[in-house]
Parts: sequence; structure tokens; C-alpha cells
Amino acid sequence: METSRDDFVIAIRSAFLKKGTQQRFSLLSLIFFCIIFLILGNLNFKIINYIKIGINEIVYRSSFIVSAPENFIKNNYLVIQNHLNLYKINEKNKSELSNLRAKDLLNEFIILENKRLKKVVDDYMVKSGTIIAKVLSDKGSPFLRSVIINKGSKHKINLGMIAMDEEYLVGKVVEVNYLSSRVLLLTDLNSKIPVIVEPNEIFSILSGTGNKNGVIQYSKKYESIKTDSIIYTSGAGNLFKAGIPIGKINNSSLSQEKEVEFFSDFSQLRFVKIVSFIKNEAK
Amino acid sequence: MTDLKKNNIIKKALSSVPVILLFISVLNNYDFNYLELKYFSFNFSYILIFYYSLKKSESLGYIYIFIAGLFNDVVVGTPIGLSSLMYLILCGAGAYLRNITLRPSLIKDCIFFLLTILIINSLLFISLNFIFDYELNYFDQIINITYTFLFYFLFSNIFDFFDKYIIGSNNAR
Repeated sequence: METSRDDFVIAIRSAFLKKGTQQRFSLLSLIFFCIIFLILGNLNFKIINYIKIGINEIVYRSSFIVSAPENFIKNNYLVIQNHLNLYKINEKNKSELSNLRAKDLLNEFIILENKRLKKVVDDYMVKSGTIIAKVLSDKGSPFLRSVIINKGSKHKINLGMIAMDEEYLVGKVVEVNYLSSRVLLLTDLNSKIPVIVEPNEIFSILSGTGNKNGVIQYSKKYESIKTDSIIYTSGAGNLFKAGIPIGKINNSSLSQEKEVEFFSDFSQLRFVKIVSFIKNEAK
Repeated sequence: MTDLKKNNIIKKALSSVPVILLFISVLNNYDFNYLELKYFSFNFSYILIFYYSLKKSESLGYIYIFIAGLFNDVVVGTPIGLSSLMYLILCGAGAYLRNITLRPSLIKDCIFFLLTILIINSLLFISLNFIFDYELNYFDQIINITYTFLFYFLFSNIFDFFDKYIIGSNNAR
């Protein structure tokens, strides 16, 4: 019993304390070194942090080089796998395409039906022309929220035409010069446009506040307007075409008013589309 | 004379293969993720270190193992010094087994290797979970240990072959 314990101690001592052939450090000293490294690293010791940064630099660069062959194999494997799956993917795409085509036909029918019904109620408008204009100056004063554009009567800009940023309404032309025009933005205090709030189909008036948001006014169903409802032009009074998206209700503020957050950022306008809509006469 | 020199260079290059393999394995950190095998991972460094500290301790210097551990910590993102500690404990276990073994056998080596990696991974799990607040998946650890143990048979035979027929034949020349 005594001998076996001695053997164990001798073996352990030999393993951990003796330096092996061609070994410069004993295992135990290196283990101590590791523990010191761990403790100091955990205490955020400055020297350890510097060593860590140095090792990181070396390791990240060499890891990139060492991983190159594996990455090459990996990439090739993925390419081969893609090729092998090509038939399956093609079959899947084919079935999806046929489904989408069927849906597209259905959509086309709905659009045509919608146009026909609008013609019946004499509410169908088409774009008569689009003019792209550059914003020359942006009047940021609280009393007048408007932008000056580089197109005027020379370019067939007329009063009342609407200005859009991509597909979103931003304002209407209120002043036309020969080579420039002024667009009154929806945020202006003077801007009042008829809108519809969806989903509850609530007709109302959107008014500018002079700040970056608008507010909903003059609505009987004021309480039923929910947060995140979308505001579109209603087309009432034939001022604008119906259904142009404007913004959404944002009730994050403490005020009782129904605030509208515009889809377009008016402070970032660089180009606007000046559009006019006319009633489609063809029946 | 030139043949002798050439032989010496080849011999040196071949004898440093374990060190090169160790550094490649820690820097590359083979994951085989692209194979999309959910339940597969093994620790090649553990096999390499244990085998060489058991069979040919002079091929793999402790200082190289220590540095490889530091590199592994950087690649994996564990606290610096932890992998070195685990590698060195593995070396210690290998050296202990070498000292007590009179008649080496692969089965005994494997069982001892399994015990050692179980202890090492337990230590790693405890230290990472309770001291350094890292989250580890217990199940992944078990899978890693199992495959590392199973691959020891394969790799020890490969290393044996390499030592006997490639380095050995070069020495004989």
C-alpha cells in the first residue's frame, strides 16, 4: 500500500516537476503562469491587456491565412452543393412562379374592376405628367414651411399641382414663377388637406403644426383613431387624387391630439416629383 | 554531404509537424459548420497534445502548448490563459500515464484519455460558468467529449503510422 502511494507521488512529481527532454520549463511552472494570467486578466491588469491586444493582432491575421485552405474547401463545397440542389430549387421556383402568375391574374382583374367602378362614380384620375424638380432652398422658419424648386411656369408647373417624395405626398405648389416655384409643405401651419384614416375609414382634415408632425382635426370619430393607422388623401374636393399615402398616427406624445408622423422626412428633401392628376374622360 | 544536409532539413521539418498541426488546429478552429451536422464536434488539439505527451514528449514542447492555448483563447473568446491551463493539465496526465505504464496498450490509453478529458471539460465548464459567467451548452460539451474520445483511436493510429513509416524511414536513411 505504502509502495503504491510512493509510486503515485513519484510519477506525479516526475510528470509535473521535472523538465522533460528538450523542455525549457516544467509543467508546474507553466500551470502557475497560466493561473497568474487568468487572475490578472480577470482583474483587468494593464500588462495583461496589452499582451492580449498583441496576441489578438497576431492571431487574427494568422488565423485569416491559416483558414484560407479550409475556406477554399468550404466555398467549393457550397458551390457543389448549390449545383446539386439546382434541380430541386428550379422545381420549387417553377411551382412558386405558377402560383404567383395565378395571383397576378387575379390582381389584374381586381385592378381593372376597381378602375371601372371608379369611372362609374366619376372618381377616376390619371397622372397627367410628372416633372422632377430639384429643391433649391428649404425654408425652415416656423412661420413658413416651404421649399423652393427649380422648375416654374416655363416647365408647365401650375398652381395646385402636388409635390411628392417617391410615392408620398409632401405638399402642393402655392407660387409659380417663370423658372422656380414654391411648394407649401404639409407641416406648414397653413396646410389643410382632406384625408382618410384607415383602417376605420374616418374622413378628416390634416393640418400642419409648424413642427415636423401634423395633426388630425375636425373629425367626429376622433376617439376611434388608433395608433399606427395610415393616413391617405381622401380626394374630397378634387384637390388631390385619393389614396396617396401621407403618414401614420403616432400617439407617443402626452398631448390629446392625434399626431401624424409623415412617411417622408421633409428636412431631407433633395428632389421632388411635381405631379398633376386629371379626371379620366374616356369611358 | 549535400544529401546529409538535405536529410537533416527534412528530418527537422518532419519532427516539427506536430507543432505545426497544433497551431493550425487552434488558429483554424475547425468547426465543420458548413456540413450542417448538428451533433458533431471534436477537439483535435486535445488528441494531439495527449498523444504526443504520452508517446513522444520531445516532439511537442510545453512552451508551444502554452502559446497554442493562448492563441486558442483568442480565437474562441475564452479568458486568456484558460485553454493553456487545460492543455497543460492534459500534458501532465499524459506524462503521468507514461511514467506509470510498463506495457502500453491503446485501450488503456483511450480510457485514461477519456477520464482526463472528462475532468478537463468539467473544470472548463465549472470555471467558465461559475467564475467567468460564460454560458455553455452542457449537451454540446458531452457530444464534443464523445467524438474526441472516439476519434482518439483513429488519430493515434494515424500518428503511429506517421512516426513509424514517415519519420522512422527518414531516420533510417
